[in-house]
Amino acid sequence: MNKRLIKSKLLYDFLRDPSALVGSFILVVFFFATLFAPLIAPQNPYDLEKVSLEHFLKPPIWMQGGEPPFLLGTDDQGRGIFSTILYGCRTSLSVGFGVLLIAGTFGITMGLLAGYYGGKLDSVIMRLADTFFSFSTTLMALLMLGLFKQRSVLVVIIAICIADWVRYARTMRGSVLEIKEEAYIMAAKATGAGDLRLLLRHLLPNAMPPIFVVIAVDLAVVIMLEATLSFLGVGVPLTEPSLGMMIAIGKDYIYAGMWWLVVFPGTALILLVVGINLFADWLREELNPKIER
Amino acid sequence: MVRKAFGLDRPFYIQYTRFIANAAQGKFGKSFVSRVPAFGLIMERFPATVELATSAVFIAFTMGVGLGVLVSLKPYALRNRFIMAGSLFNISIPTFLTGILLIMVFAVYLGVLPPFGRGETVTIGFWRTGLLTWSGITHLILPAFTLGMYQLAVLLRLTRAGMREVLTEEYIKTAWSKGLPPRKVIFKHALRNALIPVVTMTGLQFGELIAFSIVTETIFQWPGMGNLLLISIYESDQPVIVTYIMLAALIILSLNIIVDVLYAYLNPKIRYE
Repeated sequence: MNKRLIKSKLLYDFLRDPSALVGSFILVVFFFATLFAPLIAPQNPYDLEKVSLEHFLKPPIWMQGGEPPFLLGTDDQGRGIFSTILYGCRTSLSVGFGVLLIAGTFGITMGLLAGYYGGKLDSVIMRLADTFFSFSTTLMALLMLGLFKQRSVLVVIIAICIADWVRYARTMRGSVLEIKEEAYIMAAKATGAGDLRLLLRHLLPNAMPPIFVVIAVDLAVVIMLEATLSFLGVGVPLTEPSLGMMIAIGKDYIYAGMWWLVVFPGTALILLVVGINLFADWLREELNPKIER
Repeated sequence: MVRKAFGLDRPFYIQYTRFIANAAQGKFGKSFVSRVPAFGLIMERFPATVELATSAVFIAFTMGVGLGVLVSLKPYALRNRFIMAGSLFNISIPTFLTGILLIMVFAVYLGVLPPFGRGETVTIGFWRTGLLTWSGITHLILPAFTLGMYQLAVLLRLTRAGMREVLTEEYIKTAWSKGLPPRKVIFKHALRNALIPVVTMTGLQFGELIAFSIVTETIFQWPGMGNLLLISIYESDQPVIVTYIMLAALIILSLNIIVDVLYAYLNPKIRYE
């Protein structure tokens, strides 16, 4: 393994922070559970041949009337709750990472350009960003989806990206403005480095630390947003598994006392988000030079 | 026919200029579905949303700031650690889940509060209010808490951070040593200075508030604007969606102006030239 990493302060702090460890443990479990979902899940809930209406609305296995292999009971279509959760987390995580990749790249580029060039370009990008920001990510994404006709996971990712790149652009711009006047940037300029070299080689890597925190927090925000949109029925289509949609379906059954339809997917969603937030909290303090620990 | 009646057979640039010209005069077109002016349709539901949103902000602000002050005074007391852990947990729960969990506990298991609708309303002029009847108030409690919950946690954390910083300042020590009663030191000297970031945050979150009012109204079948928007999205009722967007923008804009004025009150050093 990399010697620099083993000796680093980052790893040292990480291994001694209980909330960072708990958070990343939860994330690793979720990551592998969703990666190997087809192997772990007793049933593929979206394979129509495997799902039978005979098994609809079964309670969890330890309650009266529960039956294997439906560990946590079934929903109104006879899909196992446990299996659907595993597949639903797959959607959550792919939307999450998809948005981080697309919105992150776009937002970071925009912030970098706005911060470096300033002037008119800066005004245009930032006024646009302000408008998006005051509408809030949730409202923007919802309205975007209201304008799209098709429904698919990709459409959800795109709609969230349109609303979400602003977060990265604002952070990146602030970070660039802070380091733009540093001596090492001046030195690079004096040695005749071009714009592209300055941007990619000197500004980008040094402006990144605040972005790492945004990435971590944003993953949680996007996962909750996807669940919210799917819950409202404007997110992923009915043929895709989603925690939000599971809860929307279960909502109608809570009056009949069938709590497992809501409680288990809800717990999975909360655990996933808490895991990310614990990790993000640690990262924020770790990367903040003002807090000495 | 229908396309012609709504002018949808014209090229888009004509439709667009016509829309802009009409919108400037306050005419936002008719709903494709119910064929009445979209603006009237939304305004009819406006009071319900305003009542829900203001109650939510009131709950979030009073409880968030109150608990934040309480926690900041003794940050390491066991009770306060519980409050902080609760607030982290709260931030990690999406609004729709908060709503459903509240329904499960208070409406299904305890059966003390109604799970949906607005209850009996009284009409005063054009304003249909639910605040004047007992049934209207009981119907308001769960949705208002659901909508306020997320903000509550954010405001609590901000107040706590601000108060802890302010409480170490010299002028607070002076205030204590003058022998002022704790109430005066905490609320007049410390809180007023700690409130500035809290007010900023409240201002920044109006967009979120409107977004989450859509979620809350859906869960509780609250007959407000958000509910209407979602139905219009399902039915692709463009005029209503567009009118809603304009109105939301207007509301966010005017609320932000109010927040800016509040700054000047909180911090007399800020003067708008």
